Amino acid sequence: MIFDKLKDEVEKLLSRYPVKRSALLPLLYIAQREEGYVSEPAMKEIAMLLDLTPSQVYETVTFYSMYNLKPIGKYHIQVCRSLMCALVGSDNVVEWIHKKLEITPGQTSSDKNFTLSVVECLGSCGTGPMMQVNDDYYERLTEEKVGHILDELKQKGSSSMKSGPFMFPQLAK
Amino acid sequence: MAKYEKILFKNMEQPGYVGSLKEYEHLGGYQALRTVFAGMAPADIIETVKQSGLRGRGGAGFPTGVKWSFIPKDHPGPKYLCCNADESEPGTFKDRQLMERDPHQVLEGMAITCYTIGAETAYIYIRGEFWLGAQILERAIEDAKQAGYLGSDVLGSGKTINIYVHRGAGAYICGEETALLESLEGKRGKPRFKPPFPATHGLYQKPTVVNNVETLANIPHIMNRGAEWFAAIGEPPKGSGTRIFCLSGHVKRPGNYEVPMGVTFREMIYEVGGGMRSNTPLKAFIPGGASAPFLTPEHLDVKMDFESVAKAGSMLGSGGITVMEEGTNMVWAALRLMEFFYHESCGKCTPCREGSSWLVQTMQRIWRREGRTSDLDLLLDLCKSIEGRTVCAFGEAEVSPIVSTMRHWRSEYEELIREAEASRPNSKQEIPVLSQA
Ligand SMILES: Cc1cc2nc3c(=O)[nH]c(=O)nc-3n(C[C@H](O)[C@H](O)[C@H](O)COP(=O)(O)O)c2cc1C
Ligand code: SF4
Ligand code: FES
Repeated sequence: MIFDKLKDEVEKLLSRYPVKRSALLPLLYIAQREEGYVSEPAMKEIAMLLDLTPSQVYETVTFYSMYNLKPIGKYHIQVCRSLMCALVGSDNVVEWIHKKLEITPGQTSSDKNFTLSVVECLGSCGTGPMMQVNDDYYERLTEEKVGHILDELKQKGSSSMKSGPFMFPQLAK
Repeated sequence: MAKYEKILFKNMEQPGYVGSLKEYEHLGGYQALRTVFAGMAPADIIETVKQSGLRGRGGAGFPTGVKWSFIPKDHPGPKYLCCNADESEPGTFKDRQLMERDPHQVLEGMAITCYTIGAETAYIYIRGEFWLGAQILERAIEDAKQAGYLGSDVLGSGKTINIYVHRGAGAYICGEETALLESLEGKRGKPRFKPPFPATHGLYQKPTVVNNVETLANIPHIMNRGAEWFAAIGEPPKGSGTRIFCLSGHVKRPGNYEVPMGVTFREMIYEVGGGMRSNTPLKAFIPGGASAPFLTPEHLDVKMDFESVAKAGSMLGSGGITVMEEGTNMVWAALRLMEFFYHESCGKCTPCREGSSWLVQTMQRIWRREGRTSDLDLLLDLCKSIEGRTVCAFGEAEVSPIVSTMRHWRSEYEELIREAEASRPNSKQEIPVLSQA
C-alpha cells in the first residue's frame, strides 16, 4: 500500500478541500511520484481513500495526459511540437534525440533511462525549441545543448542546464 | 513609442529581485491589502475596479469589477475564488513569469479579491507542467501566512483567507473556466453548459469568481493608486492599463513585454521585438494566442486594444503574438494548430469532437499532396458547422486558423491541391468526399 506511510501528506491534502474528490488529481501525482506511474492497485487505494469507485478514478485519470498508466523510463523527455516551437525548429529536437538515443516518440531506450514523447504547447513558446524532462524545463535548445543535457542526466542524475524562475528576455547584466 | 511606466514587471526588473516576501514588502507590497483591511467596503472596492476599466486578461476581456458584482452578496455559505493559472493557449507564457518572479503580487491581488467577494478559500489552478511555479507559490503562501497576510486571522481582523495551489494534469481545456471547476472537483475537465454562470453556480455549485493571473496581479496597484490613474493608461475606454504581450516565432527578440494597451503591432514587433530575426519580411502574425485568427502585414498598424483588434477581424485573446516570415507555408501553420486543437478537444459535444478529427484529417491529406478540389469547400463547411454550435468557445477557437488562413492565403491551399491533382493518375475522377474522412 502506497499511502499507508504517507498519512500526514494525505491528511494535509484532504484538509484543503470541502469535498474529498477534489484531492483526486493530487493523490494521483503522489502515486506517480512513488511508483513512477499510476498502477491499478494505486487507483484502487485512492478510490478507497476518497469514497469513490475504482472506475470513477480510472475515468478521471484517463482524461489527463500527465499520468502514465504504464512504467516508463527514468527520464521522461517531452518535446513541444506546437506551432510556435515548430517555427523555430522543434522537429529538429526530435531528430537530435533520435540520433543520440536511438528512440522515436513513444519509445523507451534499451537501458530504460529515457522515454521520448512529443507533446503540445508547454507555455514556453518564446524560448523554443524546448523540452521538459521529468519536472524540469530546458529551453532555447541547440543540438549541442541537448547532447550535454542527456549526458549529464545519465551520468549525474540531474542537469545544470534546467530553467530557473522564468524571465525572458533576461535583464541586461 | 512614448516612455511609460511598467506596473506588473516593475518589481521583478529591479536588479537582483527574486520575489521574496521581504523584497516585495520593501517595494510597497501588501500596502493595498492593509488599506482594504482597514475597513474598505466591498462595494467601494468593486466600484473602484469597475471605474479603473480593468478587463480580464485570460482571453475574453470581461470587465473585472462587473464580474465581481455578480456574486450574490447575502448568499449564506461559502464562496470561492479561483485563479486561472492554466496558461495553455499556444503562444502564451506570461503568467508563468508573473508567478515565478513575483508570486506575492498575485497573492495580494487574490487576497483583496477574496475580501471583496467574501471568499475564505481560494485555489490557484496551475497547469501541471509548471511544477517550478507551483513550488514557488507554495513557498510564498507559507511566508505570507507567517506574516499574517493569509491564514485564519488576516492582519488581526479575525477574517480567514486560505489560498491553495492545485495542479492540473495536462489538458488545455481546463483553462476554460467551467472545465477548470470540474477538474478542481476531481473530475474529467469538461466544460459545463452556461448559464448558470460560475458567479452563482461555480465550484461545488457555490458562487465563484474565476480570474486570470495577470488580471489579479493588477488589483493591488489599482487599490494603491486609484481607478483614475489606471483608467488613464493605455487606450481608454477601449483598453485600460498595461498588458503583457508574449512575442514568439520569427522575431529577433522574443519574450514577455509589458506595454500600455493601444500600441500598434508594428511598434510591438519592430521596436520592442527588434523586428524580424533575419532579413526575410513578415508574412503573417497571430495577435492573441492560437485561438485568434491570423492577420497580415496590412494589419500592422492596428492598435493593440480589445476593440481595434476585433475590428480587424481577430482578437487580443491571451496576448500571445506569433510572428511568421515569408516562406512559412500557411497551410502547414494552420495544420499544426489544428493538430493541437484535435488533440485537446474534450469530446463533450459532437460538432467539436467529430469535426476536429475530420478537419485534421482533411488538412493532413492536403498537406500530404493528396487533397482534392472539393476539400476546400468541405473545410469551410465543417468550420461553419462547428462555429457557434458547441458547449464552449473552443469551437470558435479551433476553426479560426483554417478560416483565417483560407481567407488570406487561399492560393496556398489551391497550390497544394493542384500538385495532388497533377500527380493523381486518373485526375478527372473525383473521389467521394467521405471515403477517407
Ligand atoms: C478553450 C479555452 C481555454 C482557455 N484557457 C485559459 C487559460 O489558459 N488561462 C486563462 O486565464 N483563461 C483561459 N480561458 C478563459 C477563461 O474561460 C476565463 O474567461 C478567464 O479565466 C476569466 O478570467 P479573466 O476575466 O480574468 O480574464 C480559456 C477559455 C477557453 C474557451
Ligand atoms: S467545444 Fe470542444 S472542448 Fe468545448 S465542450 Fe465541446 S467538445 Fe469540449
Ligand atoms: S509552442 Fe512550444 S511551448 Fe508553446
